[in-house]
Amino acid sequence: MANGVLVFAEQRDGAFKKATYEALSEGHRLAAQLGQPLSAVIIGANIGHLATEAAHYGASTVYVADVVPLAKYSTDGYAKVLVEAIQTAQPGIVLAAATAMGKDLMPRVTARLDVSLASDVTETHINDGVFTVVRPVYAGKAYATVSFRRTPAAATLRPNVFPAATPDTSRTAEVKSIGATIVDALQAKVTDILAAAKGKIELTEASIVVSGGRGIKGPENYYLIQDLADALGGAAGASRAVVDAGWVDHSHQVGQTGKTVSPTLYIACGISGAIQHLAGMSSSKFIVAINKDPEAPIFKIADYGIVGDLFEVVPRLTEQVKALKRN
Amino acid sequence: MKIAVCIKAVPETDTRIKIAADGCSIDRADVKFIISPYDEFALEEAVRLKEAKGGQVIALALGGDEVPNILREGLARGADEAIHISSAGVAADDPLCVGKTLAAALKSISPDIVFFGKHGVGGDNQQVHAIVAEKLGWPQVTVVTKLEVSDGRLRAEREIEGGIEVVETGLPAVIAAQKGLNEPRYPKLQSIMQAKKKPLASKTFSDFGLSAAEVGPEAAGLVITALRLPPPRQAGRKITGDPAQQTNELLSALQHEVKVI
Ligand SMILES: Cc1cc2nc3c(=O)[nH]c(=O)nc-3n(C[C@H](O)[C@H](O)[C@H](O)COP(=O)(O)OP(=O)(O)OC[C@H]3O[C@@H](n4cnc5c(N)ncnc54)[C@H](O)[C@@H]3O)c2cc1C
Repeated sequence: MANGVLVFAEQRDGAFKKATYEALSEGHRLAAQLGQPLSAVIIGANIGHLATEAAHYGASTVYVADVVPLAKYSTDGYAKVLVEAIQTAQPGIVLAAATAMGKDLMPRVTARLDVSLASDVTETHINDGVFTVVRPVYAGKAYATVSFRRTPAAATLRPNVFPAATPDTSRTAEVKSIGATIVDALQAKVTDILAAAKGKIELTEASIVVSGGRGIKGPENYYLIQDLADALGGAAGASRAVVDAGWVDHSHQVGQTGKTVSPTLYIACGISGAIQHLAGMSSSKFIVAINKDPEAPIFKIADYGIVGDLFEVVPRLTEQVKALKRN
Repeated sequence: MKIAVCIKAVPETDTRIKIAADGCSIDRADVKFIISPYDEFALEEAVRLKEAKGGQVIALALGGDEVPNILREGLARGADEAIHISSAGVAADDPLCVGKTLAAALKSISPDIVFFGKHGVGGDNQQVHAIVAEKLGWPQVTVVTKLEVSDGRLRAEREIEGGIEVVETGLPAVIAAQKGLNEPRYPKLQSIMQAKKKPLASKTFSDFGLSAAEVGPEAAGLVITALRLPPPRQAGRKITGDPAQQTNELLSALQHEVKVI
């Protein structure tokens, strides 16, 4: 019968992602509530060392597929291994992070098992032993409570929402090797990975996001946004107006048709606050708005509103943050 | 080439969501439906591929009364024919049931390539394309920003955190389009007129050999039991003064209240 919680513990380049720690921690919390074990699945090549880390986050069994054909992510190869692990562990709940990989992989896996997946979940609950989740729909304009009719119930967890636990280095796990039968005959193959500018923090993973809107006036001024983001150790975003004007790449777009972010701090500079923009960022913990127009709708939801010229405010703020961090 | 594109009707993005009386769906009165924005990139790519390689584009949409309009728009944007698959009797909140229905419809068409948008801006599930690919046994490439198709193979670039993955595979395959893949065209008046004469078929799930036991409410793996609006955010405090006073005060708030510095 269905037993315990299984977490797909995503790694890239031999290290867990931040969202993986969050998923493992949430999986452990749910397993504890159910009084059942947590298991983890790690897939890749030369990644055996990560099993110890998964144990520290509460996994009592770790399935490791450490095989060369899986060195790079492939939907096909990873799905085969994850399905094998799920069929072996027979969990009641399967979790993964709602990252690029999690979002690509999990629907493929759940479809193979003929069960349903709730994506990009922001709350999980167990009431009287029954698992339900809450997920934003319409980019956060509404929240749906979802229940499952078959096991395993599967969910991807939105990054930055679930707290990561403090690892307990005294914990150990039983390690089981899987995926040995994967041969190099995958349908679709990742042939290359083109890295974005090094050292840049991904928007959806950042705990601080600074975004620029049409108020920045032109592409030559986007550095103001990037500099403040860098000084704060965050990521730089943009409104659709800025993206459509070609001032920055679309990967920066925040909103209903861009990325949904839930950082601790969101600073909107020269952004009016259209409903489609708000949809993508209004679940941020704190919102700062810097805008010339005192009537801009963004001020209706901002915790701190500065009515002012971003060209005066933003560079000054950047310098002050840098100065503070130096001391 | 036979090219299929699945599009979805979703509420216009500036819609303020209201909860319906049943407490678990949206109030659809006065809601205008549009082609889900990412599906515009899917549709455009399908039409460009046809223009480059020859063949035909078939647009499919599953849904209710809101669907014929968006399919007509799809035809005006260059699709050659359209199929409205009625969502009556399909568990339309469950991506698995939607995916199975579309997969069966696609199987009856047997295209060389199928396009989707990377996600429907509404349910925000980001799943149906992968479920369809799985049910057809085809490879998938999702969140695609660049695509080259030649000699029965494709090379796609997909967005991942901090970079781009380059994926190669054979056909048939399922592609999910991300913004950046192309610039969708606006339909011209002439193509809007021509679209009225193009074929738009109406089908139900049973036309594809499916039973209610496979895609109906009984088959759903998930159920939405409640829908609520997010708690409204309150306007906080305005920081006044000259720029120096403003940044000093904000900085102190970031240190002591937000606690991020
Ligand atoms: C289908 C669809 C999907 C969409 N999806 C998105 C989405 O995902 N994300 C998104 O952001 N938008 C989206 N939009 C667009 C959205 O409706 C708005 O057009 C857009 O968000 C406006 O961007 P903005 O606030 O940067 O520009 P504007 O609305 O032009 O606002 C610029 C602001 O800058 C201020 N400003 C000007 N100069 C200065 C200065 N020197 N200092 C300080 N402030 C200044 C102005 O007062 C103004 O408030 C979508 C629209 C549609 C139709």
